[in-house]
Amino acid sequence: MLLRFFLMGLDRKAGIVLTILAILAVAVPVMTLWVPADSPFHLSVFTVSLLGKYLCFALLALALDLVWGYCGILSLGHAAFFAIGGYAMGMYLMRQIGPRGVYGNPVLPDFMVFLNWKELPWYWWGFDQFWFAAVMVLVVPGALAFAFGWFAFRSRVTGVYLSIITQALTFALLLAFFRNDMGFGGNNGLTDFKDILGYDIQADTTRVALFVATVAALALSYMIASGVIASKLGKVLVALRDAESRVRFMGYDTESYKLFAWTLSACMAGVAGALYVPQVGIINPSEFAPASSIEAVIWVAVGGRGTLAGAILGAVLVNMGKSYFTGALPELWLFALGGLFVAVTLFLPKGLLGLGAQLKAKLPGRKASPLSNAQPADQKGA
Amino acid sequence: MSAESTLLYLDGVSVSFDGFKALNSLSLVMMPGEMRAIIGPNGAGKTTMMDVITGKTRPDTGTILFEGDTDLTRLREAAIANLGIGRKFQRPTVFEPHTVWDNLELALKAPRRPLKTLTYAISRDDRSRIEEILDITRLSALRSRQAGSLSHGQKQWLEIGMLLAQDPKLLLVDEPVAGMTDAETEQTAELLCSIAGKHSVIVVEHDMSFVRALGVKVTVLAEGSVLAEGSLDAVSANQQVIDTYLGR
Ligand SMILES: Nc1ncnc2c1ncn2[C@@H]1O[C@H](COP(=O)(O)OP(=O)(O)O)[C@@H](O)[C@H]1O
Ligand SMILES: [Mg+2]
Repeated sequence: MLLRFFLMGLDRKAGIVLTILAILAVAVPVMTLWVPADSPFHLSVFTVSLLGKYLCFALLALALDLVWGYCGILSLGHAAFFAIGGYAMGMYLMRQIGPRGVYGNPVLPDFMVFLNWKELPWYWWGFDQFWFAAVMVLVVPGALAFAFGWFAFRSRVTGVYLSIITQALTFALLLAFFRNDMGFGGNNGLTDFKDILGYDIQADTTRVALFVATVAALALSYMIASGVIASKLGKVLVALRDAESRVRFMGYDTESYKLFAWTLSACMAGVAGALYVPQVGIINPSEFAPASSIEAVIWVAVGGRGTLAGAILGAVLVNMGKSYFTGALPELWLFALGGLFVAVTLFLPKGLLGLGAQLKAKLPGRKASPLSNAQPADQKGA
Repeated sequence: MSAESTLLYLDGVSVSFDGFKALNSLSLVMMPGEMRAIIGPNGAGKTTMMDVITGKTRPDTGTILFEGDTDLTRLREAAIANLGIGRKFQRPTVFEPHTVWDNLELALKAPRRPLKTLTYAISRDDRSRIEEILDITRLSALRSRQAGSLSHGQKQWLEIGMLLAQDPKLLLVDEPVAGMTDAETEQTAELLCSIAGKHSVIVVEHDMSFVRALGVKVTVLAEGSVLAEGSLDAVSANQQVIDTYLGR
């Protein structure tokens, strides 16, 4: 049954995405670890971590596209799930430091010793075990999303109002995680990691392994997402995106459908955050900043909403642009990002992936299919 | 009249919007297998009546019973639909990005829970049922077309087909022929008549020749309550009806 589910989602687009990811998973390790450093084909470990970071963002974008592109839920707080997944991983990495911290306390992380805490708070229990942290990476964002979605969807909060409360959610978490007495390191967050699963987190091989793990997570999430989209459940999602009340009158409990997609999406975002933290070496409350979630929306819009592959493409391209800008012209980045969003909204309503169809429609002698750009209308049903 | 053995029983149903009474102590009874046409001037409350039956709007007062004992005023839309009440909206709402086939597959009577639809694989029975509906609605040749690219009339038929696929006990059809050509109107009347019998149907319509073609009992609504009931000829002869509706 599981096989059938994955096969269902395997269309041509999925084939291309998965092939590219497979090539990356092989080529990047080879080019980093085995190609000599003086060869033009050599990749530095720095580049590998940068690519790994882009792919974590791509996974966040994929998760966001699942709810925005296919259910019409414009989340302006998805980075919250990403950050929570990141914190869960960060807690594991903190506990791996053990007595090697500045204060040499075998159990308490440095910041707790600094705050004069005497024992580990209960919610840090278990995070010395990798498997436990890995489960929490899925469970905590998933549970938060489920609870949030349960109330929001049951109360029939939709559209802009829903977007605003997702933004409020991430903002509230931002403020909470800034507080020292929350026990998550306050505004410094969690950092100074030493190793992961016993391997030195700075070692080249570890960095490459983290990259490969990120590629694998992205590929698996892509297969899950496209399997869901291709299933009848996915068709219900698209239907309710465009005409929710019509779907209700057909006897579908649309709230539980949205809740399913929303929770799944939050779990994926959590995994993205968990893979991000060991590669960048830090997690702090700034990940909860409303701007992070809004950036993720822009990645999806640039690549093409409701295409899955477009979300990945958009996240990678925009972040490459960001790396370039923040190096060369840091003060211009926000303007460039804002301009990009406006330009995409005006000229590329279907994003980069929709560009092909858009050009084809403009070609003389070809009649545009009226549906090739059916926009999900924000209608509430007749 | 008692609610026993009725399919749908509305008694003293009132709804007001900001003090304006859209339904005013409306009472209406439908027997199983019956087809009924509802006519009435714009704003008479016909669509609102469908809203209260399907759970979209909650009545302020009154009783709405389905099959004699199920109180519809307490249920949510999806639950009411699953009891066997299907609805076609005034404005055709098909799922535009989906194909004609997928629209029918979504409507088809089948388990509605997310985990069931996630693992759903179409069965031979489901397939032949969809084929049958494509046939009845004359959409066989268009099965893989995106629903958004259909003509207005085809969308209306697809929507009626989706209702059939749901296999409801009661169909509520709101102004099915608005904006249709004469030929399409005629075919729609045939379509609805072929459905009646197996299902109970309430049709709201303005088009008198269409109502005549249906040849069923007519209820005239005005200002939120029933003005007259009977055959089309009988109600057309009713002086009150002439004054408030037909005369204009
Ligand atoms: N949601 C609503 N809010 C306010 N007024 C409404 C609402 N729905 C219907 N009405 C009013 O109730 C009256 C009956 O409307 P409706 O049932 O749509 O009439 P009909 O379908 O018979 O033309 C109209 O005057 C309409 O303006
Ligand atoms: Mg109406």
